[in-house]
Amino acid sequence: MTSPTPVLRLRDVRRVHGDGPSASVALDGVDLDLHAGELVAVTGRSGSGKSTLLNLAGGLDVPTSGSVEVAGERLDGLSRTRLAELRRRHVGYVFQADNLLPTLTALENVALPLELDGVAVGAARGAAQRSLERVLGPEHAGRYPDQLSGGEQQRVAIARALIGERTLLLADEPTGALDEVTAEGVLRLLREAVDAGAAALMVTHDPAQAAWADRVVRLRDGRVQSAVTAEGSEVAS
Amino acid sequence: MGVREGLLALLHAGPSHGYQLRGDLEQAVGGLWSVNVGQVYTTLQRLERDELVSQAGSADADGRVRYALTDAGRAEVVGWLVEPQPRRDDVRDELVLKVLLARRSGLLDPQAVIDAQRTATMRALQGFTRRRTTLASADLEQVLALDRLALRARAELDWLDLVEQRLEDAPPPVVASAPATSTATSEPVDPVDRAGTNDRTDQTPAGVAAELEQP
Repeated sequence: MTSPTPVLRLRDVRRVHGDGPSASVALDGVDLDLHAGELVAVTGRSGSGKSTLLNLAGGLDVPTSGSVEVAGERLDGLSRTRLAELRRRHVGYVFQADNLLPTLTALENVALPLELDGVAVGAARGAAQRSLERVLGPEHAGRYPDQLSGGEQQRVAIARALIGERTLLLADEPTGALDEVTAEGVLRLLREAVDAGAAALMVTHDPAQAAWADRVVRLRDGRVQSAVTAEGSEVAS
Repeated sequence: MGVREGLLALLHAGPSHGYQLRGDLEQAVGGLWSVNVGQVYTTLQRLERDELVSQAGSADADGRVRYALTDAGRAEVVGWLVEPQPRRDDVRDELVLKVLLARRSGLLDPQAVIDAQRTATMRALQGFTRRRTTLASADLEQVLALDRLALRARAELDWLDLVEQRLEDAPPPVVASAPATSTATSEPVDPVDRAGTNDRTDQTPAGVAAELEQP
């Protein structure tokens, strides 16, 4: 089921902000493997280290010690250019809200990462079209973010995060501002993307959303407090 | 549970016989419960005795008797529908009891109770969610029933989070009848390695006083 090389691997990761007496430990001794086809939720109180973990996973932050690997490649020691390239090739982000650039249409938003990557506009738009059609009706492609509902905006954000065969999806409270039913639609989509072979790490404070994951990792004071793995799909009825 | 009321409710659509009613009832609840056909027949007899249903005509060629809802039966089932469910507001909830007794007895760090319950409840919630993902939105009956289970599980997880935070902020517990000669036996047993979560061993006088004020 899972490939031998994890899409994301954290080993003994420690992140300290500041130094001297005012130093605060955001993460301490965190190990985590995330494989293709896996959705892992990260929960914990505010300040438990959730966001730091997500930032480290995406190469937006650097651990004080320990290692972060994406697609088998250690992020530390990479040049900025190489890191940016690795990120663009493998990592897609979905944030809570205001994910999309307001002056671009849904289609242009989805195509943007490829265009920034130097892909010709026509090819980028074609790929965007295909990515977008998986999550929304074609009539939405030409609409601007303010012409889309919150749920539709998050769908566009997921299409953008997945464009160009990106394998690692990092989601920070992706359904934060949405009502339950709309959130469910977005989570279902995330689940489908993972079942189709992506790997996703989702930060959430809501246990009901975390329950969509194959594994729920709970952080407390920067450490992994518990990891609960779903048991098949059987439920006592 | 609910067979009596279920039969009355379904008979509002028109007279029907036991076998048909059993199928209709299972369908109405999305196949979540299986209904014993024998129970349907005995329930219909009792409803007839109580004049909540009446026989509609004579038995058909297969010997099946159709029943119709009486006015009294209709009033009965409508009364049942609008009657709020009794709440389970017993403060002597067993999970509450476990947390309180772990803390008070000194047998175990209450965090161990929280951890064990959280794992089990999260796993159950994952199961409900997984089952929901396999359902189409057309399976409304099952979706609604699973929503109910999922929200109960979520409430429990939220409560556990709250307990964890409150215990962290609370003064240390006074251990019940701690032996005067040995403090070693009153140390909590920590079954799980959780470094740094149990470092409040010194009891301040203020903390003890606050603890004693509790009922």
